[in-house]
Amino acid sequence: MAAELFFQTIAELGALLDSRKLSSAELTRAVIARTKAVDGRVHAFNSFDEAGALASAAASDARRAAGQARGPLDGIPVGLKDVIAAAGQPLTASSKILANYVSPYDATVTARLKGAGAVVWGRLNCDEFAMGSSTENSAFGPASNPWDLARVPGGSSGGSAAAVAGGELIAALGSDTGGSIRQPAALCGVVGLKPTYGLVSRYGLVAFASSLDQIGPLARTVEDAALVLGAIAGHDPLDSTSFQADIPDYHAGLKQKKGPWRIGIPKEYFGTGLDPAVGAAVEAAIAFYRSQGCEIKEVSLPHTQYCLDTYYIIATAEASSNLARFDGIRYGHRASGAKDVVDLYFQSRAEGFGPEVKRRIILGTYVLSSGYYDAYYLRAQKVRTLIRQDFLSAYREVDALLTPTSPTPAFKLGEKFDPLALYLCDIYTIGVNLAGLPALSLPCGFTPAGLPIGLQLIGQPFRESELLAMAHTYEQAHDWHRRHPAL
Amino acid sequence: MNYEAVIGLEVHVQVRTNSKIFTRVAAGYGHAENTLTDPVILALPGALPVMNKAALDAIIKAGLLLGCEIAPVCKWDRKHYFYPDSPKNYQISQYDQPMCRGGAVEIELPGPARNVMGEHKKIPLTRIHLEEDVGKLNHGAAESLVDYNRAGTPLMEIVSEPAMHTAEEAFAFLTSLRATMVYGGISDCDMEKGQLRCDANISVRPTGQTTLGTKVELKNLNSISFVRDGIAHEIKRQIALLERGGTVEQETRDYDGQTGLSQSLRSKEMAHDYRYFPDPDLMPVKVDEAWKARLRAECPELPFEKQRRFAASHQLPYTLTSVLVWDKALADYFEEAASLAGPGRAQAVGNWIVNDLLRELGGAKLEVGQAKVRPAHVAALVQLVEAGTVLANAAKEIFIEMFATGETPEAIAGRRGLNAAPADAGELELWCRDAIAANAKALAEFKAGKDSAINAFKGPVMKAAKGKADPKLVDSTLRRLLAAS
Amino acid sequence: MSSARDLDIDHVAKLARLALTPEEKAKFSQQLGEVLSHIEQLGKVDVSGIEPTAHAFPVVNVWADDVARPGLPVEAALQNAPAQRHHMIAVPKVVE
Ligand SMILES: [Mg+2]
Ligand SMILES: [Zn+2]
Repeated sequence: MAAELFFQTIAELGALLDSRKLSSAELTRAVIARTKAVDGRVHAFNSFDEAGALASAAASDARRAAGQARGPLDGIPVGLKDVIAAAGQPLTASSKILANYVSPYDATVTARLKGAGAVVWGRLNCDEFAMGSSTENSAFGPASNPWDLARVPGGSSGGSAAAVAGGELIAALGSDTGGSIRQPAALCGVVGLKPTYGLVSRYGLVAFASSLDQIGPLARTVEDAALVLGAIAGHDPLDSTSFQADIPDYHAGLKQKKGPWRIGIPKEYFGTGLDPAVGAAVEAAIAFYRSQGCEIKEVSLPHTQYCLDTYYIIATAEASSNLARFDGIRYGHRASGAKDVVDLYFQSRAEGFGPEVKRRIILGTYVLSSGYYDAYYLRAQKVRTLIRQDFLSAYREVDALLTPTSPTPAFKLGEKFDPLALYLCDIYTIGVNLAGLPALSLPCGFTPAGLPIGLQLIGQPFRESELLAMAHTYEQAHDWHRRHPAL
Repeated sequence: MNYEAVIGLEVHVQVRTNSKIFTRVAAGYGHAENTLTDPVILALPGALPVMNKAALDAIIKAGLLLGCEIAPVCKWDRKHYFYPDSPKNYQISQYDQPMCRGGAVEIELPGPARNVMGEHKKIPLTRIHLEEDVGKLNHGAAESLVDYNRAGTPLMEIVSEPAMHTAEEAFAFLTSLRATMVYGGISDCDMEKGQLRCDANISVRPTGQTTLGTKVELKNLNSISFVRDGIAHEIKRQIALLERGGTVEQETRDYDGQTGLSQSLRSKEMAHDYRYFPDPDLMPVKVDEAWKARLRAECPELPFEKQRRFAASHQLPYTLTSVLVWDKALADYFEEAASLAGPGRAQAVGNWIVNDLLRELGGAKLEVGQAKVRPAHVAALVQLVEAGTVLANAAKEIFIEMFATGETPEAIAGRRGLNAAPADAGELELWCRDAIAANAKALAEFKAGKDSAINAFKGPVMKAAKGKADPKLVDSTLRRLLAAS
Repeated sequence: MSSARDLDIDHVAKLARLALTPEEKAKFSQQLGEVLSHIEQLGKVDVSGIEPTAHAFPVVNVWADDVARPGLPVEAALQNAPAQRHHMIAVPKVVE
């Protein structure tokens, strides 16, 4: 029996739309109704534009009727993490400092999704300025995990993952600075892809750490992730760090690229702190690939233990600089009654930013300050070189790496207070950002308590096609992605 | 005790481009408030910078013109400080890898007299880097209003070594630097539009001392004459302070060109810590030989080089070269006219340009490029005078008319009957005899050996000839008659 | 490598233009102290002769031609302004 409309995939819905068994308007109404029914509990959305969505859907139906459908995303409702700009829509970064801000322009990815005909409508909850691993740092309240509302959906793209998992959207975009797409995808049982740094334009993405940030899709299946990536990838003259590369047909690549692959298992990623259920699910995935004729090889990424520190220096330093613009002058929250402009800065920022953002601004400011730059930032950049070299050396022996995405399944809301403990959620994901590599998380099982487990595949620069094909091979042989939470 | 001042200048020159340095919204002056902005200029969430190729070309060209070493690779850094005119609260600049290092600005100090060349010196430069300008604050009684139109305009920061010792040197430095920028097409350097801004670091020390005194930074020297006056004033202030037994405090002072006074900027601002780090949004710039060669080919000859060439190849006096070379359009005009006029006529051409053309342009408030009289006209006029076809006084009239109408000198001379009459030697001799007979005093003086007394006869002769007499012929006729009388 | 004890939270908060409550100062000092102690292990890595990575991929000369394009209309530029007057952003008087 087919799942409810709102649990179907882009590929399935595309067939219905093309055969006129379904209109985009009907699909969009179904998704809106679902959101209204469940989002009071999930809180995946910060806001949505119902009228705008229905107008886009009607336009899509008109195109299809005229034989001018624009491709697989035409008429599909998708959402944006609330750090991605869309003209005329709020852009809050889940922060009080941008609570009333409306973007006057589209991010490049937004323009591309609109160009592909997608119904871009929901703005998805996240950790404030994408800083966090649980979506508990949202100024507008935490999002919940659809599999267990008492648990976090992960973060920072927790709203995006929860919305896709809970049937509130067909697909969504998130951003990933240290695991913020992959970790919530793992915790919510969906597919999340962090592309190679430079593959997807960052223009219009509220910057957290510019040298690490990357936008990517969260979707129900690897195939859907490939379809969304195809729509958003490619060079953008508005982003100087956007790479000039030919974009292959990722969807076609799913079937063209065939293994067996040489898969590396980084030994440093299987140490203490790994939840046994997660460990067992990942071992089973390794066994699957071996059964497919893949060569499984243990590899070493010797600088793994330094990833977290390197990441926190670079990410907070860049964030302290990127967030300087939120000052209450040109836009955003302005404190009332400031006695002069200097006071205005102090008070507006104090009132506008939440504690995690303040903590990271302080750390980032400190590591860049006079006398500390060489010891912290410059040294971290050098260690970053070593971390990247670790990955590139491993790729001389293997095609991809396989690891858990998160050491644990979703934890309880409010369970982790200590920043250091929370930072440890990212240990398997941040090396990928430091090295600028593509990586994907896909569902690989459930814990005895019924919580999703994610498998991470890490690919080589700009070889998303292989990565997706490898993930697709696994997904074809398993049905984790067909399970949906009861909400 | 005698004191010596040590002066270093930090000059910001706005690069002339169509669009801003890190985004493609138009750069411009005099537009309605906040109409030259976009997401990048306003530092809206999500906006990203993209370099302007033309700004890079401009600084490389400036570096080549000033003899700087061009960095093979340079990068962009963020310089952090909070200020309402700075939208990101950091400025994108170049910190430890500037585009240009070294080089020098050649200056000329005032000579002993206006018509005598002064001493030339080379003032070494420390560095030149590119950065973005900030917006403009308008201060009201209770609030300040910010216009971001200027924000993001490309700026070159040119830093000299502390190698100047007088306000005159600083003035000459800026004059020469400005001419270089204008010549290179890099900037219009209009100080009224803020296209050239200067801060000066000034210290004094007892003559002979080798260590530097405490420096004071003088800000807002927003016209070239304010630079001279402000620096002179600051040197005097520091010397007076030392002579009274006081000490110079390291500080920043604001010079007010209207009152001629400076004032300490004792801001409550916390100590600066700019937290420079490489901008992750921008890629480094790599400059190869081919790029430099392409720009070197566009580099014009600079004024002092031109001056030396004009003196050497055309034997032009300083009085002409010192006027001709500072305006590139004027110098080009001269060269074209001199080459059309032919060998040996450069000085005559130069005289027409420096005396007559500039006078008429000044009167009409026009630029050289707008003059209807073209180099070919000037060349033709010089040739007509030399051939005796038109006489000097008539030529002056013809020039004024050419300036007004753009007609050729031949056409004007023909239409107005200003061609010199064929020499009627008989009539001329009669006029000369009359003139000598009418002035016994001058005759006696001439006979007594005063040669210049001959001029007293020339006026009446010219008057009788209504200006249409060849001065050479008048002179020789008079001498012949005087010798005989 | 410097010690975590060096973190002068008042000074850093001033640089960052963040007004912190005494509670925040105490809490952040303690938490960041822990993070910084953890970070101290980076001092053990031998980075001699290693080039810093500023960008994930080394590409140079990414620029655009100098062609001006329309920007934001002034209304859009100021649509989010907390205070404006005469088409300009209004701020409390800046004393220079
Ligand atoms: Mg400076
Ligand atoms: Zn500067």
